[in-house]
Amino acid sequence: MPIRALTRRVACFALLAAGAAGFAVAHAPVPEPQVVRGEQCVAPTDVMRRDHMDFLHHQRDATVIEGLRTPRFSLERCVGCHADKDASGTYLRVDAPGQFCSTCHEYAAVELDCFGCHAARPYQDENAGIDARFPFHGLAFRQPHAGRPGIGATGSVLHD
Amino acid sequence: MNTRYETLGGTGRGYYVPLILLGALAAAGLAASHYMDVHGHVVTGMTNQVVWGMPHVFAVFLILAASGALNVASLSSVFGRGEYKPLARLSGLVAVALLVGGLAVLVLDLGRPDRLIVAMTTYNFKSIFAWNIFLYTGFLAVVAVYLWMMFEPRMNRHTKTAGTVAFAWRFILTTGTGSIFGFLVARQAYDAAIMAPMFIVMSLSFGTAVFILVAVAAGRLAGRTLPDAMLARLKRLLGLFVMAVLYFALAYHLANLYVTEHHGVEYFILVDGGVYTALFWLLQVGVGALVPLALIYLPRFSARRWTPAAAALVVVGGVAQLYVIIIGGQAYPLSMFPGADVSSSFFDGVVASYAPSLPEIVLGVGGIALALLVTLVGMRVLPFMPDRYVDGTGG
Amino acid sequence: MTESARLADRYRRRFLAAVGVGAVLGSGAIRLVELAAAKPDDQPVSGEVRWGMMIDTSKCAEGCTDCVDACNDEHGLDGFGRPQTDAQWIRKLEVRERATGKVTSLPMLCQHCEHPPCVDVCPTGASFRRADGIVLVNKHTCIGCRYCMMACPYKARSFVHENLTDQRPWSPRGKGTVESCTFCVHRIDRDARPACVEACSAAGHGAMVFGDLNDPDSDIARRAREVPSRQVRPDLDLNTGVRYEGI
Repeated sequence: MPIRALTRRVACFALLAAGAAGFAVAHAPVPEPQVVRGEQCVAPTDVMRRDHMDFLHHQRDATVIEGLRTPRFSLERCVGCHADKDASGTYLRVDAPGQFCSTCHEYAAVELDCFGCHAARPYQDENAGIDARFPFHGLAFRQPHAGRPGIGATGSVLHD
Repeated sequence: MNTRYETLGGTGRGYYVPLILLGALAAAGLAASHYMDVHGHVVTGMTNQVVWGMPHVFAVFLILAASGALNVASLSSVFGRGEYKPLARLSGLVAVALLVGGLAVLVLDLGRPDRLIVAMTTYNFKSIFAWNIFLYTGFLAVVAVYLWMMFEPRMNRHTKTAGTVAFAWRFILTTGTGSIFGFLVARQAYDAAIMAPMFIVMSLSFGTAVFILVAVAAGRLAGRTLPDAMLARLKRLLGLFVMAVLYFALAYHLANLYVTEHHGVEYFILVDGGVYTALFWLLQVGVGALVPLALIYLPRFSARRWTPAAAALVVVGGVAQLYVIIIGGQAYPLSMFPGADVSSSFFDGVVASYAPSLPEIVLGVGGIALALLVTLVGMRVLPFMPDRYVDGTGG
Repeated sequence: MTESARLADRYRRRFLAAVGVGAVLGSGAIRLVELAAAKPDDQPVSGEVRWGMMIDTSKCAEGCTDCVDACNDEHGLDGFGRPQTDAQWIRKLEVRERATGKVTSLPMLCQHCEHPPCVDVCPTGASFRRADGIVLVNKHTCIGCRYCMMACPYKARSFVHENLTDQRPWSPRGKGTVESCTFCVHRIDRDARPACVEACSAAGHGAMVFGDLNDPDSDIARRAREVPSRQVRPDLDLNTGVRYEGI
């Protein structure tokens, strides 16, 4: 049957194409997103690369449902550290092309679903500067919970 | 002699023109939903006042019709009315197809259709929507099994059991659909237990009407027009259901008219509601019930010529009825402070305006097209069409 | 003792019971200072608290929108100049009794019911009630079906009809999900009052009192006990967290 033959041919072609694509990907350079601020992250880089979505996923449920607001894996803090500024001192979105999040996410072809709702850059008040009106929002301003179990000792002050 | 069933043959225009047309309409519906997804619901007529719009009218119609389209199969398998048996398979196919079309519209209208997986994995079992996810997918499974029992000669003896399960499932399903509105305490037009049985009889009526139209078209496509006796039977069935729907509408409005609290919303729908009043009296009651009843019961209108017309009018009236219930029920303002006039910047205390936009209409029509497309392809792939419309074996 | 200090006191007692005095002392004086100020970041909210709001309509002036403006600013509800689809978390209602002509002005917002119809109908459980009585939408699991908007007797919810950018970091909101007043949950967890209440009292109106309804010594509980107030749509028996005086 011609239809069946055609299907087979299409399937073979698709397999070949997929193999070729896999070969190409294996040889594309792994991106190294620019770190713009701070000495170290809340976990080693290889851990963050592999597990950041699990950290965020866990944190989001804890925060929204139980009101737990530990700063370590707060998305607001991620953005606070990883958002770059342009020449005029305006923050850039972390999901803008070439910026911290999108660099890897484009490489891995994984859609970012955070910043449809979450702020993709720190809050800047035209008059008063970052977070000046809302000091208590400032997760970034809170001191680290040094030495307490389950909370990292890396809560450096994020504001530059 | 037993009925033999055949697939829809022929590769002529009679098959491919409707196939391509329906495919194009379904694709347009998909494109419309994508457009809504990219731009947000601001491109629809839906607002914070009228939160459910045209897609919901179409989706609820298709879902109700799906349940009702199974009438013919149920009559044959459950009630032993052998004269309906030749059309039983088609009845099952149309039921599945309509539900697929309705669900597609409902899902594609979601604010986050990409999160369908969340809806399928995270449940709040107090929500009627959550029940409906199971009732709708379960209906597809139950009817699929039912069709298998009808198709497979070795399984034929289980047809009655499967048909009975499907019959019970339909009632639960439509109860669930009606309860979406019946259990809403917030709004004057809803919050009524009668919603569930009313939706059941609406499903019987709309489903029979849609099935008549599909069966007539399918018969024509297959080159075997429905005999007059079958049309006359289906016509009488439809007449019964149309009267039942009219009765339930009457009971619903009479109950509301007795209660002072509901006079506002009744006055709105029945007298002063503009488009909703017009739709109620002209389309729902006139075109959708009284005219079809005349076509069905006056002897001067022959079954052959006028049954499809009556069915088409019932469909029009059914869509109008759902528009009045769904949109009209939301257009009438909430009653937060009985005995007071309320005003605000958020349209409190005023009748909300709603004008359906093109994308949402295209999405709704796309759902109908998808349902018919599934029917058309199904008839081509599996033997749904009987070689004759008479069967003496019963069951 | 202020209300927040009392609340923190309760948290402290719970914390002490759970972890033991020694551990707390061992973790240093800074911890103790922080505990006395607010709910600790790593403690879940408690069901012992029920946040509520009392609105004195006699102090709520017709045409005054201080609370509304504060809310819009706090949560970035700028709108697109499309009143039919723009979100409103709090709005001013003018209520004119037909029989007497008496006019009352009041803010309408999510009433944070004990038995919220929006939570009942939500298929995914995205609409939920936090242990401390705040009714929220978990936008991570909201599919945008709007059933909650059909179910709310107060028209308290809005659907985000278009793409948003530059949301406030403390108030995530996005297209395709439903939203409503959060009682400024981000402020409450940081031991501050909702923006609307803050604005109303900063402007000297004092028409809104916020606090813990479960704490018999709180201002709001005392007021609810001593001054006549009622809920909107009391017939529904939802036990709202927002109450009104003078209606």
